[in-house]
Amino acid sequence: MNAGTQFDALPERAETQRGLVAVAMSGGVDSSTVAALLQQQGRAVVGLTMQLWNQRRLPELQGDGPAQHRCCSLDDVYDAKAVARHLNFPHYVVNFEEQFESRVVRPFVDQYLAGRTPIACTNCNTDVKFEPLLRMARQIGAERLATGHYARIRENGETGRWELLRACDDSKDQSYFLWGLTQEQLSRSEFPLGELTKDEVRALARRVNLPVAEKPDSMELCFVPNGNYVQFIHAYSSERGKPLKDGEGEIVNEDGEIIGRHNGVHNFTIGQRKGLGFAAGKPLYVLSIDPQNNRVVVGEDDALRRQTFEVDGANWVSIAPPTAAFRATVKIRHKHEPAPALVEPLGETHARITFDAPQRAITPGQAAVFYDADDSGEGKNSRILAGAWIR
Amino acid sequence: MNRVYLDYNATTPVEPEVLDAMLPYFSGEFGNASSIHTFGQKARAAVETAREQVAALIGARPQEIFFTSGGTESDNHAIFGIVGSSANGPKSRPHVITSFVEHEAVLNACQALEKQGVDVTYLHVDQDGLIDLEDLRGAIRQETVLITIMHANNELGTVQPLEEIGRIAKEADVYFHTDAVQSAGKIPIDVNPFQLDLLSLSGHKLYAPKGIGALYVRGGTRLKQLLYGGHHQRGMRPGTENVAGIVGLGKAAEIARQSLAHDSKRLSALRDQLEHGMLHRVPHSRINGARAPRTPNTANLVFPGVEGEALLIALDLKGLACSTGAACSSGAVEPSHVLTAIGLPAEEARASLRFSLGRHTTQADIDFALQVVPAAVAQLRQLSPTYQKEAAARR
Repeated sequence: MNAGTQFDALPERAETQRGLVAVAMSGGVDSSTVAALLQQQGRAVVGLTMQLWNQRRLPELQGDGPAQHRCCSLDDVYDAKAVARHLNFPHYVVNFEEQFESRVVRPFVDQYLAGRTPIACTNCNTDVKFEPLLRMARQIGAERLATGHYARIRENGETGRWELLRACDDSKDQSYFLWGLTQEQLSRSEFPLGELTKDEVRALARRVNLPVAEKPDSMELCFVPNGNYVQFIHAYSSERGKPLKDGEGEIVNEDGEIIGRHNGVHNFTIGQRKGLGFAAGKPLYVLSIDPQNNRVVVGEDDALRRQTFEVDGANWVSIAPPTAAFRATVKIRHKHEPAPALVEPLGETHARITFDAPQRAITPGQAAVFYDADDSGEGKNSRILAGAWIR
Repeated sequence: MNRVYLDYNATTPVEPEVLDAMLPYFSGEFGNASSIHTFGQKARAAVETAREQVAALIGARPQEIFFTSGGTESDNHAIFGIVGSSANGPKSRPHVITSFVEHEAVLNACQALEKQGVDVTYLHVDQDGLIDLEDLRGAIRQETVLITIMHANNELGTVQPLEEIGRIAKEADVYFHTDAVQSAGKIPIDVNPFQLDLLSLSGHKLYAPKGIGALYVRGGTRLKQLLYGGHHQRGMRPGTENVAGIVGLGKAAEIARQSLAHDSKRLSALRDQLEHGMLHRVPHSRINGARAPRTPNTANLVFPGVEGEALLIALDLKGLACSTGAACSSGAVEPSHVLTAIGLPAEEARASLRFSLGRHTTQADIDFALQVVPAAVAQLRQLSPTYQKEAAARR
């Protein structure tokens, strides 16, 4: 099968090209295309699909009929297997339900209950995909793990560091979720889609007749049916024997006056407007969440904007931990347009960030990811310097 | 790639003689065994010969053998059939006794019964997988209608004391069923000394094809039918007979009866060699269920510090097929309920691997396993943070 020039145009990496490579296969078009691309490059491929969550758990969340079209549903596993059959390489389903629950699901629920807004995908990448899955890939004899992430990895010959770069396709860039990767993890990972656009990926998938070429992208959190995370938190808490009680919290304004009641802080995120009504004709937004007192503070849009905040749990990716303040472009949530800021290190994993201009809804539990400042000469915001959790 | 198969407890290849016996019944002798004409009579004769062959393997009478679609149907028929026929009698809230190490076909049938209001006692097993006969005696009640205890365990090979269980069941006047799917053809079975009322068999564990099995039902047993349909198999199991499959099962049973003694001697020698070799070559490895009587072909080993799932895949990529735990519907490995029941901690249950030998296993296969497994275990341990930590502590 002649796959055309796009395969040939892919950059070759110098080292260990010929060893076995494991592909993390979700059953979607991206990771399936990764397998096809690597195979076209003459690599020996083994496919691994993670079983992460039993969709039959928490039956109160299920509608009628079997769970379908969600991550970890049997359909996705069968799709991954169908791709492996089509391309004729070995494929295995591996069970990481235990790790996924302890490192992703439980922290996700705990963070919401603590008034924060977690990012499950980052934990899943750092603590599941590039930890036990990568280890298993190596244990079964693969040198590296390739995934369908839209991001790029390169080795910097001068610094000796592995660098993480934004994807060429800005609209698909997933580097925001990958800042937790260590140098060791980056050195053993490959993101073959980093140079491609989504359209190109679909075109490649069609060209090699992948059975998933027309499969829609998945958008939701894989373990939360219907995207209803509040319902999920209730069901999971009940299963843990700690059912959530209703209707206890207060909604207060900036002066501390009670203006309403709520059903638990996990229903709220900073900047949220839904369900809060108006004051003096102006819409109200969540300004902050006080889990100790089970209180949600609301106010007008102006009060949401802040310039300075602190982060912890920093992971330095493309640069060594800095000792002096430096300029960067900082992104505070997946859909945030990165903005210029000064980053002041306050220890190896702790920093203070001051935006040049105030930013809306800086949300505890989300990540602040530092990219090269515009003027670094690296192209537009290309390298990920570091990432950290917003306090 | 040279591939070695050490997973005969999962399934076996159809024996060439079995296949030869079956082939005429797909198109040449295609008759319906229920038809009156000569086509039908030829098929009927083949089915009845097979019934005799299967009966002979377990010391039963031919009319006590019913052909089914396999082990799962046989188990379900035995369990639901006994409870169903007793539900309207004096034992209106029936009670069933089984064990924690049964196959899912028994366990999940019992769980379904519980949802219907039937009481089920699950007997614990010791560290080698054997039930305690005193526990069994103590579990029997006035309402008990069925004891269902497997003969040989699929994961460990552990063989339960059926003769003693049969005696206890008889004294209490309780029906006794065994799932003999993993023992048939490997160790002798005789329904009379074991005082069995019901016994399940599966073709594909016995070098016959998948999709055929049998249920032995002692004459006089009150058993409700599971399926409703025509008069086939005296109405007990309606559905046009799978003549080719039945012929295959019959032939396989005949071969098993003739070769059992020889196979068992040869396989236990190879199995012992495999186990001793592993214990010798893989530091800290142990045998699960070692002190119990076992089927001659099964070896279940713990390799501490290893994820069995990763080892299984690494070995498959090197050409050695074996097994760990039970696969769920996605194909991922689930924690084994059997290894949990014998008291293995979760990390050791996950570090266990089953090798099951069969009629075509050779000395070269064992040599191959003894060459690739220790190397793969060492490689996995090298990359296991917990094992490295423990190894450092031992130094």
